[in-house]
Amino acid sequence: MENDEVLVKVEGLSKKFCKDLKTSLWYGVKDLISGVKSSKNERALRPKEFWAVKDINFELKRGECLGLIGHNGAGKSTLLKILNGLINPDAGQVTIKGRVGALIELGAGFNPILSGRENIYNNGAILGFTRKEIDDKLEDIIDFAEIREFIDMPVQNYSSGMKVRLGFAVAAQMEPDVLIIDEVLAVGDLGFTLKCFKTIDTILPNTAVVFVSHSMPMVSRICNKIILMENGEPKYVGEDIGEGIDKYYSRFTNNNSNVVFDDNSLTLDSFKIKTESVINGFPVINWGGNLKLDINFTTKIKKETFCIVIIISDKEQRPIAMLQESQFNSIENESMRVLVDVSDLQLSKGLYNFNLVMKSGMTNEPRLRINNIGEFQVIHEKEVWQPFLLRATYDFIS
Amino acid sequence: METRIYKKENSLSFFKLLKGSATDICKSRFLARQLAERDIKAQYRQSYLGIIWAFIMPITTAIVWIFLSSSGTVQLSDTGISYPVYVFSGTLIWSIFKEALMMPTSSTNSARGLLSKINFPKEALILSGIYKMLFNSLFKIVLLFVLMLIYKISFSFTLLLFPLGLLSLILLGVSVGLIVTPFSMLYNDVGKIINLGLSFFMYVTPVVYALPDTGLMKTIMELNPLTYVIGITRDILFGGTFTYLMPYLGVVLISLPILVLGLVWYRLSIPVIVERLSA
Repeated sequence: MENDEVLVKVEGLSKKFCKDLKTSLWYGVKDLISGVKSSKNERALRPKEFWAVKDINFELKRGECLGLIGHNGAGKSTLLKILNGLINPDAGQVTIKGRVGALIELGAGFNPILSGRENIYNNGAILGFTRKEIDDKLEDIIDFAEIREFIDMPVQNYSSGMKVRLGFAVAAQMEPDVLIIDEVLAVGDLGFTLKCFKTIDTILPNTAVVFVSHSMPMVSRICNKIILMENGEPKYVGEDIGEGIDKYYSRFTNNNSNVVFDDNSLTLDSFKIKTESVINGFPVINWGGNLKLDINFTTKIKKETFCIVIIISDKEQRPIAMLQESQFNSIENESMRVLVDVSDLQLSKGLYNFNLVMKSGMTNEPRLRINNIGEFQVIHEKEVWQPFLLRATYDFIS
Repeated sequence: METRIYKKENSLSFFKLLKGSATDICKSRFLARQLAERDIKAQYRQSYLGIIWAFIMPITTAIVWIFLSSSGTVQLSDTGISYPVYVFSGTLIWSIFKEALMMPTSSTNSARGLLSKINFPKEALILSGIYKMLFNSLFKIVLLFVLMLIYKISFSFTLLLFPLGLLSLILLGVSVGLIVTPFSMLYNDVGKIINLGLSFFMYVTPVVYALPDTGLMKTIMELNPLTYVIGITRDILFGGTFTYLMPYLGVVLISLPILVLGLVWYRLSIPVIVERLSA
């Protein structure tokens, strides 16, 4: 088997859906009839229809992994259904070579009343295994799912995690040429998720994978091609994972700071990021440069010690760093100015924002908390998905 | 390596579709058996009366008609054999036909979740439905034989043909069922209309009473192809006169091309249905 053969080829793929149920059903009847006549027109949208997937093109070779990202309802699942042959496209063509495995739903065909062991056969049969194959793999499956003790218990008494584990254990026995993964691996506990990805890692080199996920770290970890979909259309197609992810995030940037807690003991007058340049509306800081903040507020309480905490979070609102705290004493009705300086910022390239917390220095009680108070971007030529790119020196000693 | 192409234009010819359908039926035997086994096991595992439910429907219908006839509420023409057996055999054959007709829809409907998630040979649904029907019919037929013993009806050698008769009965039902399935998947009305229509149809078919010798009813019944199907299947059971053998064979012969058409039609329409269900 050559390694550069194209396993999945998608050309000009489009699919329309209907917004109204009754109309949709009626179009269904029409499609049934025109399907027999194999009519070739009807490309245009009929009333109440929209393009759920519009003009998607890509090629995937063995060993490649395509990340499919986009907002909810962008058409990712529809595209997967077409790739899996569940529904026919309205335009364009998909050519798939080899055995297709789909991790879209785990544990398909399970009957809750039957035991885990019986359901392995049900699920296996639906995934296309023969009885002999399941017989041979039964022990492996039970071991992989780690539920030997409960294998003869009805599946309805399983926890949802156990069901998913059993489902994945069966699916993991597939040896597909093309693997389609929807967001099914998010369930299960950490140990199992790790096991799933270990399995996927082992089949990756011999498989063409289409991976749908909302988890960008996961996408950047395993994908080497990316398609960003927006309202059915491909917004970005290419091999620069970082750019695709950036475009995805930019859809969700909200510039609205939100006050999470406020006991009216102080008001924030301004929060500025001092910088020389602004690109796309975001202050820019070079990697390794200095981060300077200029914060102004007015206190309303006489003689109180305040503690100021600044947290940096990433685009998914995950806190990734905290600035060292500092305390100051307030003077009633007086405006205060705080200048903050962080030197040698080693955050990796990307977009970040600040959360600001003011606490009482004595009791540690919160006074004011504002999330997403300011955004900035770090510039560096290297794209990494980890939040920090730490300066390092190497000494190669031979 | 197997190459699949998905596109709008189905340039596939009728014969290619038929061939695909045939290979998928072949490939899906294990899956079909597994699905049938799953449903049967699940059905009986969660019940104490279990298999008894398979008998109750034909028995109750038979009892009602035995009562109506013995009390003189309805006057029926001579059936040739003892009436309870006649009614029971009639309702049995009718229920098998009705089940066969509804099966493609109900099988497909209960697999809705699977259809929109996983690609598997859809013909397995039909095949597993047939397996389930054969299993359920088996018990009713055993019961019929018991009744025949009780009422001292001699077992005729034509009984050997019964499996064939049963099979053509099922195939007839399934082939018509396959044609309507795509529509009944889209609109619930279709299933309801069929149900309603069947309950009327039963009374213009010699299910619970014999074909009258004269009158309007005779004309109507003779126009109804099911009259021949029920009649001959019953003749096979009791060694009757086989008066309507030719029209029966005609109906069976016509059902074969309908079955082939039905399979191709079903294969063609599943993606359209999945699209409308999951959209």
